[in-house]
Amino acid sequence: MTAPIKRTEGYAFAYLDEQTKRMIRRAILKAVAIPGHQVPFAARDMPMPYGWGTGGIQVTAAILGPADVLKVIDQGADDTTNAVSIRAFFQKTAGVAVTTRTAQASVIQTRHRIPEEPLKAGQTLVYQVPIPEPLRFLEPRETETRVMHALADYGLMHVKLYEDIATHGHIAKTYAYPVKVEGRYMMDPSPIPKFDNPKMHMSPALQLFGAGREKRIYALPPFTRVESLDFDDHPFERTKFEAPCALCGATDSYLDEVVIDDKGGRMFVCSDTDHCETRREEGHRGALLGTPAEETRP
Amino acid sequence: MYVSVKGGEKAIRAAHRLLAHRRRGDRAVPEVAADQIREQLSLAVDRVMNEGSLHDRDLAALAIKQARGDLIEAAFLVRAYRTTLPRFGYSVPLDTGAMTIERRISATYKDLPGGQILGPTFDYTHRLIDFTLMADSETPLPERDTAASAPAMPRVTDLLDGEGLIEAEPPAAPDAEPGDLTRAPLRVPAARDLRLQQLARGDEGFLLALGYSTQRGYGSTHPFAGEIRIGEVEVEFEVPELGFAVPLGTVTVSECQMINQFAGSAEIEPSFSRGYGLAFGQVERKVMAMALVDRALRTEDLGGAVEHPAQDQEFVLSHADNVQATGFVEHLKLPHYVDFQAELALVREMRREHAAAHASREADTDPVFEEAAE
Amino acid sequence: MTASLLEAQGLTKWYGDRLGCRDVSFDIREGEVLAIVGESGSGKSTLLSLLSGQPAPTSGSVAYRMRDGSIRDLVSLSEAERRFLFRTDWGFVHQDAAKGLRMGVSAGGNVGERLMAVGARHYGDIRAAAEDWLERVEIDVSRIDEKPTAYSGGMRQRLQIARNLVTAPRLVFMDEPTGGLDVSVQARLLDLLRRLVADMGLAVIVVTHDLAVARLLSDRIMVMRQGRVIEAGLTDRVLDDPREAYTQLLVSSILQP
Repeated sequence: MTAPIKRTEGYAFAYLDEQTKRMIRRAILKAVAIPGHQVPFAARDMPMPYGWGTGGIQVTAAILGPADVLKVIDQGADDTTNAVSIRAFFQKTAGVAVTTRTAQASVIQTRHRIPEEPLKAGQTLVYQVPIPEPLRFLEPRETETRVMHALADYGLMHVKLYEDIATHGHIAKTYAYPVKVEGRYMMDPSPIPKFDNPKMHMSPALQLFGAGREKRIYALPPFTRVESLDFDDHPFERTKFEAPCALCGATDSYLDEVVIDDKGGRMFVCSDTDHCETRREEGHRGALLGTPAEETRP
Repeated sequence: MYVSVKGGEKAIRAAHRLLAHRRRGDRAVPEVAADQIREQLSLAVDRVMNEGSLHDRDLAALAIKQARGDLIEAAFLVRAYRTTLPRFGYSVPLDTGAMTIERRISATYKDLPGGQILGPTFDYTHRLIDFTLMADSETPLPERDTAASAPAMPRVTDLLDGEGLIEAEPPAAPDAEPGDLTRAPLRVPAARDLRLQQLARGDEGFLLALGYSTQRGYGSTHPFAGEIRIGEVEVEFEVPELGFAVPLGTVTVSECQMINQFAGSAEIEPSFSRGYGLAFGQVERKVMAMALVDRALRTEDLGGAVEHPAQDQEFVLSHADNVQATGFVEHLKLPHYVDFQAELALVREMRREHAAAHASREADTDPVFEEAAE
Repeated sequence: MTASLLEAQGLTKWYGDRLGCRDVSFDIREGEVLAIVGESGSGKSTLLSLLSGQPAPTSGSVAYRMRDGSIRDLVSLSEAERRFLFRTDWGFVHQDAAKGLRMGVSAGGNVGERLMAVGARHYGDIRAAAEDWLERVEIDVSRIDEKPTAYSGGMRQRLQIARNLVTAPRLVFMDEPTGGLDVSVQARLLDLLRRLVADMGLAVIVVTHDLAVARLLSDRIMVMRQGRVIEAGLTDRVLDDPREAYTQLLVSSILQP
């Protein structure tokens, strides 16, 4: 963890002015009160491009306090350029402490992943969301999708899943896999891989979703029922990997494929860099680090 | 403990340094100053003020310099700055009828009270590259009108209005506050105040293409350029403590009033209808396109069927903002390894299934039939 | 005598100063087929849209007996209730099958949609129901995964019927169901419709300008002209012994079967 640094003068704490933060907090409260429902909010133009996490950044800015410890990940990693850039933004504008350790963070902003280490009560996971509407690619009109949500008229989504099974024999959706929240609202979990979907279910942490360009906030309060859509005879299945992580030997984590030469050579390593490092510090070794004989199951 | 930043932070720093170097260009050439951009690239400044939604010529000029002349990037810089400014309120409606006119033309009347004034227009220039501009040019001062006072120039739509030939401007509800789409999320269907706001800050190229599409049959509105006027208007602000409006200063605006044929509906008798465009600076193309699209977006209000892109509120309003559009298009540069990994695995699996299905089909095929087929 | 399934009272609709229909009253019982005939512009399509709950009439009411036996005025239904009726108890067969089908979704998905909308979550069962219905409307089950774009006009229309009937509705609205089809295709479709109506005990309100369709399908007939009902009665009576001059003109203008 790096200690707080002196924040930049001239801007409000965490960049946004207090009025704006209040407006966003109101939207968050409403979202928490109606789990899975998309609450419109007056997203501001931010100093980062739309589509680069402006929704998540505004949510984080609205909930961050001076005592918070922030972790920012993109694709599960703390060192991807956009994660670095967002973390630096909050160090500069809020002067908060930052960390790469999932367990140490009080607020985790993420793009496309949920950390492997189970979240605890008191932690908040903030998702960056590009398209909040799970029905958007079936029905492009906002006026119609609003009515569909209001009436819980979700047959169309199952038609899409039916078509997948009819064509491919299985549901051909691997990320942004739609979920039903507390048996009521259909929700897009943002483009996390479906591997991560079960982690949302009954999580003790607060989960907030911010879509800046589309101006929507939605939430999963702690211990919310989150079910991935499926059919009774074609149940939801988590992605499985054939090999363990080449670095830490983990068999229960989401793996990135890394191309190591131009002759088709590949290795698979944890996408969650903190998870992988922690395991290696604990003495776990994957095939690439030489002691494959070691116990690889955690 | 904090070890994982690795390459990212260093790479970003180095990239920004290189960017600044490229912006500066050949150091043997004098650096361009923001005031030069403000004065000599003033139409770029106007565009950035509109799409950046902030009237500040110096800031827009600086943004253009910082953005290396990328006008969408410059508008983005202005927008992000605008976010941090407090909102005091909104001005009294501008009185464009009282404009100090620099340019004023009408395509609907040969002559009209106040006359046609060409002003600083490219319209009748021959588009020949002027090589004398390679050197510092000797630019003569403009001729000055010697008339003692400018004649009154009533707006063309007001002339038509006197006869009842053009639909009346729908009166605003008393005490109705104009909407502000930077303070409340845009919900469709949106009222005309919000639509015009979104068009005024919308991308000039997008509006131009949509306006053009209406002229080519995708939702024709039979438009006439009733009047285009460009000049300075005074901005007044109602101060609650004072109880009356005080002038804040003047801004240059372009205004376009399109007059469109309208056959009438069950409730409304046949008349001309209005399409309206207004934006900061000299932005004639923008306000003309805006007026075409404004009229097209009123199709539903006027009882017509929405059949073409320019008439479709959700389509036009959701895609007009180039700062949003560029962000989302360009976000495809960000890493997507996690999702791509998931798709990779799926495609591999589907190929395996496809091959297996194919193999079993081959095995089932009657060999005689197969021969015949070959 | 069974109670009415649907009862219209004094239905009137004005569009500005243009009349849609005026003072139309009738009722229909379960299992009964009512044909509304007239030339285009006679108000029959307006009437059909008012009966299915949208738009609201200028005046008048439509009472509908729900499955639980309660009587509801359709004008007062919420959008949620109206949509629910449309996925369960009602069907609507459009003249243009593309309006009533999802053209980008397979035949099986088209038939299965209503089942999924009311909560069916077993893929195998949904598919079995779709196969069963394709058979009943005489579509080769091997074509279940094809999209309607690959179907002929007659097949599309039969698919639309299957999509509507899969939840066993009690009332089906039909708007010129045979319009635009070849004569031989029409005959086959009418034959199929007649059989399904009888088998399922459907109540049907069918709008048509084709008296042959009315004669083949309907028990009762209503003749409309200029927004009003000018003659109504048992189909055979009205067609064999028309009382109004206008009806006589309509009847004499087609070949007798």
